[in-house]
Amino acid sequence: MTGTGKKVLVIGYGNPGRLDDGLGPMFAEEMEKLQMEGVTVDSNYQLAVEDVAAIAEHDYVVFVDADVSGQEPFHFEHVIPKHHMSFSSHSISADALMAMAADLLSSKAEAYMLGIRGYEFNEFGERISPGAMRNLDAALTFMKQALEDCDFAKYVNRFGEKNR
Amino acid sequence: MGATRKVIIEPVTRVEGHGKVSILLDENGQVTRARLHIVEFRGFERFIQGRPYWEVPVTVQRLCGICPVSHHLAAAKAMDVIVGADKLTPTAEKMRRLMHYGQTYQSHVLHFFHLVSPDLLFGFDADPAIRNIIGVIKKYPELAVQGVMMRKFGQEVIKVTAGKKIHGTGAIPGGINKNLSIAERDFLLKDIDQQIEWSRGALKIAKDYTVEHLEELSDFGAFDSSHLSLIREDGAMDLYDGGIRMIDSEGNKVIDHFNYQNYTDIISEEVKDWSYMKFPFIKEQGTENGWYRVGPLSRINTADFIDTPEAEVARQEFKALTGGKPNNLTMAYHWARMIEVLHAAEKMKELLLDEDLQGEDLVVKGERRSEGVGLIEAPRGTLFHHYKVNEDDQVTMCNLIVSTTSNNVPMNLAVEKVAKKYLSGTEITEGLLNRVEVAIRAYDPCLSCATHALGKMPLTVSVVDHNGQVVDKKST
Repeated sequence: MTGTGKKVLVIGYGNPGRLDDGLGPMFAEEMEKLQMEGVTVDSNYQLAVEDVAAIAEHDYVVFVDADVSGQEPFHFEHVIPKHHMSFSSHSISADALMAMAADLLSSKAEAYMLGIRGYEFNEFGERISPGAMRNLDAALTFMKQALEDCDFAKYVNRFGEKNR
Repeated sequence: MGATRKVIIEPVTRVEGHGKVSILLDENGQVTRARLHIVEFRGFERFIQGRPYWEVPVTVQRLCGICPVSHHLAAAKAMDVIVGADKLTPTAEKMRRLMHYGQTYQSHVLHFFHLVSPDLLFGFDADPAIRNIIGVIKKYPELAVQGVMMRKFGQEVIKVTAGKKIHGTGAIPGGINKNLSIAERDFLLKDIDQQIEWSRGALKIAKDYTVEHLEELSDFGAFDSSHLSLIREDGAMDLYDGGIRMIDSEGNKVIDHFNYQNYTDIISEEVKDWSYMKFPFIKEQGTENGWYRVGPLSRINTADFIDTPEAEVARQEFKALTGGKPNNLTMAYHWARMIEVLHAAEKMKELLLDEDLQGEDLVVKGERRSEGVGLIEAPRGTLFHHYKVNEDDQVTMCNLIVSTTSNNVPMNLAVEKVAKKYLSGTEITEGLLNRVEVAIRAYDPCLSCATHALGKMPLTVSVVDHNGQVVDKKST
């Protein structure tokens, strides 16, 4: 992060015990090692409502999750805050979380989703598939650049906006 | 048997993970049977085999992203037995208890404020456009914020006792790996009175709702049942440890202070061809009659008293409603759950003021054993972890009975009761569907054994006639 004074929250989420579902937490682990100024890194099994408190304290939020069918090696999208009628479990989607942060805590944070393509999800195992590892490396390189620029919007255009 | 038509609701909204409800109708559109199918992801017991035992309290958290702390503690308790730690140090036991109350608190709070409150605040027949968390945020924003801040507090407690969210390592075989620093204690203490105050408010909502709607709720998925939980030696409710107590629907003690190391002497599990889940039952009563309920309702029913003052007053009010007999209303789970929220808040304050949490004696060990069982009262009910370990310290056998499994039969029965009363004919209305889901939600089932990655979790409702044809389909 280079001198913009902006605060960025990176949240990698997923279950490291479910193969490529662990891409998000592994991404967060690698990001944490970089110790980038102005960047807060968090990881969890899933997003949860209390995350709105941390979101409200940042200017940008980057959600990082495994993607079962998206573009390879990853996609990067703007997250449009949106409440879901079917908000349905102890976990919550990124766009619903952003809508809650805005409504409950007047958050103005801008959010993005980095979806890293994974391939194996349907059994227990603490390993990332070789293809997903390659995608993870590409995503890390990409994010380092994006964080240094701190101009996330310009990185979205290749993949377009999509509601999550 | 006459021809039947099947109504399928999948997955159930506002419960954890995935579920599917099948309601079997006869040719006249009358409900003959209802079943909750839970797509449980099996295989964890095999996955854990071959792992060194000391890794298990960490690894087992991978089983469930919803309640990793419960699995962490239950596994640690089983491994205490393996390492011969028959009595933990005061610091170790109290740190674990603090972790557990934090987990219970945040889990119950989230369930109540963000999953259940739309039903209670707006009613089952309210417009679906407002009967959801968005509606709560719009109409009761202060309540929605309270829910978030209470949940956050519980997570902070977990963070200072268990460590990282993904790799919680606080509990280890024989004890814990850290105590609570003065700074951590003070950080939590500054907010605890506010948490207790909010807990009182949540309890009042749940209690008032139940009392005001008693007539409707008495006929809403209610049925007599046995109740099972851990119980402290003196009969107090204890969420962390104790012996097994089971009472029947009249409150008679069927099992009491049973040493859970020998749980296989009294409990067995049945497999049914239509469900991925196992069905635990009390051996002596057989598969047909040996089922029981677990969770907040059962714990309040089985306890002789609660050892925190305000929660005990609340328990007495709860018991007074049924003249001291067990409360068998499915919807009373919510009231019981909020009594536990207040109890957890009171307990956290008690523990935070206890200097033992700053103790330095963290781990004990004794004579090594090859088999251990750990039980804990997880937010959703009694959780069993059972392991065997070989001489090379590798796990050779693992058996888990999760709370949702124990509530399997009760949830099916609740759905059937509700469906028989409210669902007939071919029309699936939002109100009818939601009533089925309300009955299931009362148990706060955890069905979260599917990965959550992007692109999953659609919600579809289908009606299938007796010929297997889909005659109606809805997405919610």
